[in-house]
Amino acid sequence: MRSRARSWLALPLLLALGLAGCASDSGGGVQSGKMATIKARGKLICGVDGSLPGFSFVGPDGSYSGLDVDVCKAMAAALFGDPTKVEYRNLNSSERFAALASGEVDLLSRNTTMTLSRDAAGGNGLSFAPPTFYDGQGVMAPIASGIKTLKDLAGKPICVESGTTTELNLADRMREQSIPYTPLKFQTGDQTYAAYLQGRCVAVTSDRSQLAGKRSSFPNPDAHSLLPDVMSKEPLTPATVNGDPVWADAVRWTVNALFQAEELGISKASIAAKLAEAKANPNQADLRRFLGVEGEFGKQLGLPADFVPKIIGAVGHYGEIFDRNVGPGSRLKLDRGVNKQWKDGGLIYSPPFR
Amino acid sequence: MNPLLRRLRQDLFATPADSLLSIALLAILASGSTAFLHWAFSRAQWAVIQANSTLFALGRYPIEQQWRLWLLTALLAAAAGIGWGMLRSHPRTDRSGRLWPANDRIAALLLLLSLALPWALGLALPIQLRWWALSGLLLLLRWLAGRFGPGLPPALKRLLPLGLPLLYLIGMLLIGGGLGLAPVPPSEWGGLLLTLLQASFAILLCFPLGVLLALGRRSDLPLLRWGSVIYIEFIRGAPLITLLFLGQNMLGFLLPGGMAPERVWRAAWVLTLFAAAYLAEAVRSGLAAVPRGQVEAARSLGLSLPQAFSTVVLPQALRVALPSMVGQFISLLQDTTLLSLIGLMELLGTARTVMANPAFLGKNAEVYLTLAVLFWCCCAALGLGSRALERRLDPAAVVRSG
Repeated sequence: MRSRARSWLALPLLLALGLAGCASDSGGGVQSGKMATIKARGKLICGVDGSLPGFSFVGPDGSYSGLDVDVCKAMAAALFGDPTKVEYRNLNSSERFAALASGEVDLLSRNTTMTLSRDAAGGNGLSFAPPTFYDGQGVMAPIASGIKTLKDLAGKPICVESGTTTELNLADRMREQSIPYTPLKFQTGDQTYAAYLQGRCVAVTSDRSQLAGKRSSFPNPDAHSLLPDVMSKEPLTPATVNGDPVWADAVRWTVNALFQAEELGISKASIAAKLAEAKANPNQADLRRFLGVEGEFGKQLGLPADFVPKIIGAVGHYGEIFDRNVGPGSRLKLDRGVNKQWKDGGLIYSPPFR
Repeated sequence: MNPLLRRLRQDLFATPADSLLSIALLAILASGSTAFLHWAFSRAQWAVIQANSTLFALGRYPIEQQWRLWLLTALLAAAAGIGWGMLRSHPRTDRSGRLWPANDRIAALLLLLSLALPWALGLALPIQLRWWALSGLLLLLRWLAGRFGPGLPPALKRLLPLGLPLLYLIGMLLIGGGLGLAPVPPSEWGGLLLTLLQASFAILLCFPLGVLLALGRRSDLPLLRWGSVIYIEFIRGAPLITLLFLGQNMLGFLLPGGMAPERVWRAAWVLTLFAAAYLAEAVRSGLAAVPRGQVEAARSLGLSLPQAFSTVVLPQALRVALPSMVGQFISLLQDTTLLSLIGLMELLGTARTVMANPAFLGKNAEVYLTLAVLFWCCCAALGLGSRALERRLDPAAVVRSG
């Protein structure tokens, strides 16, 4: 009761804050209603899937981990200097945008594909950060079935999760090539793969990362193969609500900092040494600016000046996050593929920190 | 011939067709159960349950605060022991007594289970010892209450039932914190704790609400009657999951930021309001079974209308409605699994995140089976309690023994 009364008392305060934000926007100061709310609350509310191997799940000790979760932790480290100041909220694919739009979550880090209609103000009206995982839709079939290409699926049932871009992509590709098929739709991933394993469909389609992850949990993983066809581009991307560009920028450059740190070779283990080096050597201007020793990057974003060292100290750089959660350091053992740094021929590219 | 054998022969092998059918069914049953046992003991890997047992029980409840839940479990065990012992030691004429003699067998079974189960689950020794201590406490208090309970002064005995609502409040305090205890936000409650909390909250509150709605629907005041009818029909016309989604996602739009109650409580209230509508219909069926003449007779004896309802009509109506009300409670308990779809970590939500842990991928069968057993235990307890209550309230039993 008492806390309810207190929140009522906070209402005029919030309104005043909002007005103050509007008033000072013209002055060029960094004001974000969302960030003010988050800071007043003392923790970030991050929407995750909560049951996606490698991306978000809860371990036996009750702690969240995964690639999506590490983005939340990085954001909390940037805001508060503490990666544990996150409240995770499990969202399913049909309620995730509503939860973001209504302000139930501050940040959506839930393997969400960036698309035009989700970005556009006339569509879902989201604001996307850089993709943290480039995925693509694939098809998995038992090797024994002899299915080698999409053409072999003609007239056969295919399992697919409903309400996802996966379902729409499958329909588009199959129509393009005029291949008749029967979609078997399920509400959750678990049901979809269970149906596939029971033989209710000859193939299952989803993002290739998910297929690889699920395959590693099958009783006989070697009996299933991914078809070579890649049906879609699935840039999995953290998203914020449209209409708060300051908050969106903070998220965007937090993700970029993860990329840039890998490019500069600054890891969780070496961040302390690098920071000392930057402080000691005034000639390393790039490093000094990146780590917030000089310059005003943090202030311009509305974040603390040392947000980059805090992020890297908390979760490491992008390569470390990838390895730990979905790469060779995990059970999923996914290849970096196009998720390599641009210098190695991949798509991970941070614009310059200048 | 042995009576058992004769019975078997009569029931299963009376004619050649019967024998054939029996043999075929027995063969199917035997092969099914051997396959299951083979799976359970040689192929299934129960490490997923062992490693995550805390997660299943409590969700993400902070480890350093878990002593509070042990204390709560001990209080519950004590209350159960005292209640059990007192009920048993007070023979009443209106009790048919069929369930109560079986009491000792249930107690023995409980003792056996509490000794064997923690060991069979491979829990750590300190945890095993705690469970043994808890069941020891329960059985000791049952014995003590049975031995010395009847000698207590009647005033004290009348006060004893008040301990139960008090215990519920103490339990909420222990779980959520406050009054000097460190607060544990509802977002960190989970597993069986959250399932039982949601179910018990909704069951306790939907009962008075449902009775009021049922009375409102039969009221002569048009506003009250139509209000109740509209409420009941609206809730019954909307699927629970829709209402849950509305509660989770709409309140954020309707109320300014941070103003909406914690979503665990939103879900609890949605469950309560939903169950109340169904319960109202169950109670209404009970009210319909009480003849009009009962009210008229009570009124002509000089009872006021509230008195007539509370002492004559409702006791009869609720007894008639009891089986369907308990059915409603059981389905409410199972409906809590829908909360996993709105991202709450009750039992099913916990199960889903456990199955997503790369270390335990593909252990779905083990996890779902455990869930089924847990739910069965909870529902069986509810069913057992309701049958005991039905027997106790059965007027035929009163006539027989009186």
